[in-house]
Amino acid sequence: MNTAWNAFTPYASLAGGAVIGLAASVLVLFNGRIAGISGVLGGLLEPRAGDTGWRLAFVGGLVAAPAVYALFAPVPSPHVSASWGAMVLAGLLVGVGTRYGSGCTSGHGVCGLSRLSPRSLAATATFMAAGFATVLLVRHGLVH
Amino acid sequence: MPIVTALLAGLLFGLGLIVSGMADPSKVLGFLDLAGAWDPSLAFVMAGAIAVGLGAFAVARRRRTSLIGLDMKLPASATVDRRLLGGSLLFGIGWGIAGLCPGPGLVALGMGQPKATVFVLAMLAGMGIFEWLESRAPKATQGQT
Repeated sequence: MNTAWNAFTPYASLAGGAVIGLAASVLVLFNGRIAGISGVLGGLLEPRAGDTGWRLAFVGGLVAAPAVYALFAPVPSPHVSASWGAMVLAGLLVGVGTRYGSGCTSGHGVCGLSRLSPRSLAATATFMAAGFATVLLVRHGLVH
Repeated sequence: MPIVTALLAGLLFGLGLIVSGMADPSKVLGFLDLAGAWDPSLAFVMAGAIAVGLGAFAVARRRRTSLIGLDMKLPASATVDRRLLGGSLLFGIGWGIAGLCPGPGLVALGMGQPKATVFVLAMLAGMGIFEWLESRAPKATQGQT
């Protein structure tokens, strides 16, 4: 295995991760809810009375984050290598998969592992393994 | 008040994703590419988030209401079934194709990234397909996280 030392950002990633953990802490301690993005979004597609306001506010905060970040520093631009068609396919898979799997990187990965949930550990191990295998195939295999 | 704290949580979550580099799909793919030039950063993001989260969830687990008196809604299910693993498998494939999962997708949309916008729309369509399939198969839906 070759480690990309030039791309590796241990301090920024650890600090950013801590801020993500703080965000999940705020939502569970004040709202009593899990900061799982797919679950929060999914709940907006089957709206229940009195349950949509906090969801819209949380999603709004996520979308507004780059604008707030820009007040302090230039926002780093994201690099997308996948084609338009691949983005559509990926989005569909992520949408269906996270709902069947009851969570994503935030709900299972961050919150579930913080709760020491065996169910979330199984989910996280599965999507991590699938992610590794997919990138192996797309970048180094027969799929182009 | 719940609206304000949820907005603050979403904002912090998004800022954390930007600071950690995870709003950039190429950085996520750098972690998932074990056979290429591997970037371990994502593991450090998870470690930082869980280190902080452990304390908060330990407190949350012992409470029945939140600090502002709302019901504490933590998932009760501990069952590992085909639904959980199959769904996570599909999600992992999509994540590996795009380098985006739901949170970074929304943040990259907020950056005005056109392909991230397409990703988020397709993701919402996928969630809609799930709702439609669920409505056709009348079964007890499990608690979502």
